[in-house]
Amino acid sequence: MKSITLAHGNGGEENGRLIEELFYKHFHNPILEQAEDAALIEKGRLAFATDSFTVTPLFFKGGDIGKLSICGTCNDLAMMGAKPKYLTCAVIIEEGFEMPLLEKIVLSMRSELEKNGAIIVSGDTKVVPKGSVDKLFINTTGIGEIRYQGISANTLSPDDVIIISNSIGKHGATIFLEREGMEFSTALESDCRSLWPVVEKLIEANIRIKAMRDATRGGIAAVLNEWAKQSDICIEVEEENVPVSPEVKGVCELLGFEAFSLANEGTFLIAVDPEDALKTVELLRSMEASCMAKVIGKVTNRHPRKVLLKTPYGTTRFLELPSGELLPRIC
Amino acid sequence: MSSLSLRELYEGFRDPRTIRALVKKIEIEADKLGRDIHIMEVCGGHTHSIVKHGLHQLMPQNIHFIHGPGCPVCVLPKERIDHAYRLAMQSDVILVTLGDMIKVPGSKGSLQDARAQGADVRYVYSPLDTLRIAKENPDKKVIFFAIGFETTTPMTAALVGHVINEKIDNIFFHINHITVPEPMKVLLDAKRSKIDAFIGPSHVSVISGAKIYKVFPEAYHTPVVVCGFEPVDILEGILMLLKQRNDNRCEVEIEYTRSVTPEGNLVAQKLIDTFFEKRNHFRWRGIGDIAQSALQLREEFAYLDAEKIYSDLLPNHQIDDHKQCICGEILMGAANPCECKLFGNACTPSSPLGSCMVSSEGACAAYYRYGNMR
Repeated sequence: MKSITLAHGNGGEENGRLIEELFYKHFHNPILEQAEDAALIEKGRLAFATDSFTVTPLFFKGGDIGKLSICGTCNDLAMMGAKPKYLTCAVIIEEGFEMPLLEKIVLSMRSELEKNGAIIVSGDTKVVPKGSVDKLFINTTGIGEIRYQGISANTLSPDDVIIISNSIGKHGATIFLEREGMEFSTALESDCRSLWPVVEKLIEANIRIKAMRDATRGGIAAVLNEWAKQSDICIEVEEENVPVSPEVKGVCELLGFEAFSLANEGTFLIAVDPEDALKTVELLRSMEASCMAKVIGKVTNRHPRKVLLKTPYGTTRFLELPSGELLPRIC
Repeated sequence: MSSLSLRELYEGFRDPRTIRALVKKIEIEADKLGRDIHIMEVCGGHTHSIVKHGLHQLMPQNIHFIHGPGCPVCVLPKERIDHAYRLAMQSDVILVTLGDMIKVPGSKGSLQDARAQGADVRYVYSPLDTLRIAKENPDKKVIFFAIGFETTTPMTAALVGHVINEKIDNIFFHINHITVPEPMKVLLDAKRSKIDAFIGPSHVSVISGAKIYKVFPEAYHTPVVVCGFEPVDILEGILMLLKQRNDNRCEVEIEYTRSVTPEGNLVAQKLIDTFFEKRNHFRWRGIGDIAQSALQLREEFAYLDAEKIYSDLLPNHQIDDHKQCICGEILMGAANPCECKLFGNACTPSSPLGSCMVSSEGACAAYYRYGNMR
């Protein structure tokens, strides 16, 4: 009998198959099948997204589950060009959870809501017996108002320029180290942050945005592969242009990870019209949240549905969708 | 060695200009050689590095890589993976192993599947973390499923030492440690073998020293250069092998001098010798039975040996791979992953049928993941 393994939640290959072969199969409808970060509803006037949060540890360098739960859903809306407006919040709490911790998490949520100009308008609380959940699970669902139309993972075309907003892999590396109790570097922290303020500036500057996606689970490898498949195009990435911090590089070297597959919570990819590329990078770099922005590649026809990674010494390889559970390699 | 910073690693051992300069030198020596040369990188770490960085794309037409058997989870036969699964499924057992082992499927499933069925499976970065797990779970039997070549063996030996000295009564061992030189000999002896030279493993040699390869130039007339894992290391190693051929030399050389000596880590070697002895036989997936190629706990430590304690539970009949699988041929250099009918169709990294697809260090998995874009 087949059963669910942790690999089914990795944001990569197995995760994608589960969604397609089970959820899409039984829930199919034209809106769902667009497979965007947030669904466009009401004739494209509103964006609608949901996300659930479970993280160990609950508090990590650069954030906590509360901040994450607001950033996650609000960023999914922002990535569709929508201003986050109304959120619901459902919490499942394990018996015995300490009240002061819960309040700290809720305050962290409030502070992040303010950055987005969004409010919680409905909620639900469930408490379950000890051992039924791991401390605390949070779900948030949000509605945003579309401020820029036409963003889609399905319509990238040759010559579009691919830009990364910041250095990659910080959230994934931070969580892994904290979970395993490994202390390497004090400089490493999660990039967890709300992206609407950045997106708002891009829209105000009339940037022609083709696609935008925050590189959460599965990292930029997952997003680039999703774009390549959904738009039936090839994305060619110059490896040396992808910013990776020395701390993340160190974690990857030691544990055998690829920074491309590590999760981010406030770093996003944006595809723009080539004429707007320079302006986009300059604008992004003027903001702290995206100060390391860089053009990392472009859309071509070379290998449709594939992502190619080009090294500075003239070799090329596929950047594959991450598969399996994230495990350190020893031997 | 102690002063090597990460920055130097990137700016030195992956420097594009150095890489291009080395490729130029390799082209000159390869041209001088004037015939084909088949170089086996024994270690999976090298295979991964070659394919990931696309180094094979930079080679002149007459240099061919043969991807060796040096990935410890790839060569572990299915019946032994089943041992891990069966032990993990015991309700009073916590199975502890290294991360590499978690995804590898046996005939019943992987440890990941066992965990989904409720088994308590944990991976550790350092085997000594097993001590903590055992202390926290005094009512459980903690079995350390040990895998790896000479590189990881000393860590297991250190854990055995702790268990004995501290009289810990709930840690047991299932030993799957294997050694590098024996399969190299078997591959050279094979009739269809095309191997002309070896790139010797990096981390294994840190422990065992480069001396373990002396037999290859002496008895097989096959040179060995021990290289580091970085692109510059590997290219420099290839250059050294070509120069040996062109100078009519045949010897063991060390490129990875920042970590490897001829003698190796004598303290680690002694530790291994204290607790382990050679097994008469060990079956290698994709190759077959190889004498004296693996280790087991010495007889006096049999009371710690889960393989003996649970012998009723752990059948040893051979479970073979798919009939069409050509991993054996690939390991001998007689075939390329792309020539296999199963490659990329029935056999993929998420459902591997043969040993070379099992871990990211296997040749087929590396080709699948990074594309063979020569």
